[in-house]
Amino acid sequence: MLDLMTGNAAAAKAAMLARVEVIAAYPITPQTSISEKLAEMVANGEMNAKYIKVESEHSAMAALIGASYIGARTFTATSSQGLALMHEMLFWAAGARRPIVMPVVSRALGPPWNIWTDHMDVMGERDTGWMQLFCENNQETLDLILMAYRVAEDKEIMLPAMIIEDGFILSHTFEKVDVPAIEEIDFYLHPFNPDVKVNFRKPRRYGSLVMPDWAMEFRYNNALAMEKAKKKWVEAGIAFKKAFGRDYSSLVELYRCEDADVALIVSGSAAGTAKVAADRMRERGRKVGVAKLRTFRPFPTEELLRLGERVRTIGVFDRSYTFAQGGAIYGEVRNALYPLASDVKVKGYIGGLGGRDITEAEFEKMFEDLLAIARSGSMTKDVEWVALKDGSWRWF
Amino acid sequence: METYRDLPQSTYSLQTTESVRTGTWRTFRPIIDTKKCTRCYTCWKFCPDVSIELREEGDYPKVDYDHCKGCGICANECPTVAITMVREDSIC
Amino acid sequence: MPRLTVPKEELVSKGHSGCAGCGATLLARMCLKALGPKTVINSPACCWSVVQGVWPRAALKVPVIDNAFECTGAVSSGIRAALDAKGIEDVTVVGWAGDGGTVDIGLQALSGAIDRRTDFIYIMYDNEAYMNTGIQCSGCTPLYAWTNTTPGGKNQEWKQVGKKPIMEMLIPNGIAYGATVSIAYPEDLVAKVKKAKTIRGTKFIHALSSCPPGWKIPSSKSVEVARLATQTGIFPLYEYENGAYMLSKDVKTKPVEEYLMSQGRFKHLTPAMIAEVQRRVDEDYAALKAKCKGAGASG
Repeated sequence: MLDLMTGNAAAAKAAMLARVEVIAAYPITPQTSISEKLAEMVANGEMNAKYIKVESEHSAMAALIGASYIGARTFTATSSQGLALMHEMLFWAAGARRPIVMPVVSRALGPPWNIWTDHMDVMGERDTGWMQLFCENNQETLDLILMAYRVAEDKEIMLPAMIIEDGFILSHTFEKVDVPAIEEIDFYLHPFNPDVKVNFRKPRRYGSLVMPDWAMEFRYNNALAMEKAKKKWVEAGIAFKKAFGRDYSSLVELYRCEDADVALIVSGSAAGTAKVAADRMRERGRKVGVAKLRTFRPFPTEELLRLGERVRTIGVFDRSYTFAQGGAIYGEVRNALYPLASDVKVKGYIGGLGGRDITEAEFEKMFEDLLAIARSGSMTKDVEWVALKDGSWRWF
Repeated sequence: METYRDLPQSTYSLQTTESVRTGTWRTFRPIIDTKKCTRCYTCWKFCPDVSIELREEGDYPKVDYDHCKGCGICANECPTVAITMVREDSIC
Repeated sequence: MPRLTVPKEELVSKGHSGCAGCGATLLARMCLKALGPKTVINSPACCWSVVQGVWPRAALKVPVIDNAFECTGAVSSGIRAALDAKGIEDVTVVGWAGDGGTVDIGLQALSGAIDRRTDFIYIMYDNEAYMNTGIQCSGCTPLYAWTNTTPGGKNQEWKQVGKKPIMEMLIPNGIAYGATVSIAYPEDLVAKVKKAKTIRGTKFIHALSSCPPGWKIPSSKSVEVARLATQTGIFPLYEYENGAYMLSKDVKTKPVEEYLMSQGRFKHLTPAMIAEVQRRVDEDYAALKAKCKGAGASG
């Protein structure tokens, strides 16, 4: 059923459709309306969930780990400072193999206080063992949360997932969203039935103290699960297409890349802007494409290698910075494409931090830059900051 | 368990600690003098290591020397001073 | 069967890694006799994380969920919410934490759980310092005690303030039931934990848990020293429920010096310091008794 809703409303709706059993909620801009919408739905009886008003985000994740061990399907949402506060418990949830699903409404970390979108909060959590997916629009926010439960709760996976929607740009903007009926979702998503949960006939200690002789092997098994998740996301995407018509059957969505000379890798809402810019470039005869990175964890190495074999100049737009070589996605793309290093040029662009808008014109400039690199075969700078007020006229 | 493939999916326990013979920690061992023991089972009550065995009515308590750590609480609490702590290396 | 004054069933395994004479292991043994097998324990970083043993072994015969240091209150709320969501009513949720993990780093989560009126029993086993990390000062370390972070030295840096009055802090927070218990009085402990099981809401049990390495006492004196704590009025046994205080045992018959001098961590106390401890204990005990008298409860 077609409806008009914000990204946050879509996230809350997804929790309802997924028949979530335990919710932990703590407010933080720009996530707060998810928590409020859930409270409203629980109070009205539209959702049959237990709603824990926790006193911090750290406690939110802790509470859900406990609830998940009893076998309940769990949900929370956060942003920025709250995500950073949960950091310790994110490692715990992943290590404990608890399939918690959490929309993260991306927001810059302070100081300074800045409530607008950027990806440094989620990039700070990329080593925790959580699956991480980016949404381009509110439809994806709804759909990916539903798919996330299916993949996360798969007995071979059992890893938590964060679904990232850009703060304000998606969370607070109304868009058209096609909402499936809950009965249709029940066919796609079965009740949570974990093998590992609290059992009184066989009482166990969940967590334990593991010595150096076996700790590494447990970590290895988690790594294997993240690798397996690549296939599971594709399978869940194909099944989603069959059930609801929308195609999520790849980890990277290629837009006009079939015959492109250059491609720009973008994640999140900026991908939509990049696609419009690509169309404009195409109208001017420039052969450019956008590769939208949907899953950041698991990292789509194989799909990117296939892209690299076709397109020899690749740009990566990051809404984050790592204080090393450019943004987070740039570093990992370059790493993944290393086998093709002698043939493929990868350039990083950093922009949109602290909620700075990235315009179509700026994306067109990035495309022009990439085309120049493709023509000349050489790159003067590996990484550039976009629209930075540095007195250089090039980027204004 | 030989390889990572043999591990459970997450770090949950597979057995109790009963097979761990903490009796090897001992320096002193408790000896119960059945002539003084009144079978009040105070020693059983206060043992932190569940190492005094509960027996039938009329039986004297027995120390599980595989697990007893020799803390001496039983000797200290026994109302009739029926338990003495004896150095391990003096018993051979 | 010999006539026993506490339940027979054992839910703690032999072979656990507790120190010889560990008060906390005796405490767990007694509490679990009262709690029974339909109990889910969640426990943070503390001595018991290590006492439970090394994977793949575990020392408790009830399900245990390990959690990070500060979140016992929160995990307890999560477990209870999930049990409610599943319609499971006959399970006792227990938060089992040390003093540091309760009154210091765990205070926020505990306060939150009480505020949410989460139905669970929180048992704080108080060995009066961060013992698992090797005896460092916590909010529950008593006045003038030696620890590795209050080591005395030239500047007399002993613990300068008394224990955080945690029971008095949590009562206005909204606990449904509060009780102090001790390994030296196991029958009293079992009765109180059994009573806590019957009450809805958050129940807070403050358990004195003697620690031979941390208190510098011989392991054989573990129970005796705990008994002295109550007999000197330093750790009175009482209950709180619905605004009423009830003294469990009025056995304050000995001077605090007997308790203090039995432990190496207090051996540096001067007569003036001992007198100060005595003064505070007398004052607090009188105040407690007054509360008990006022509420009409008998000891």
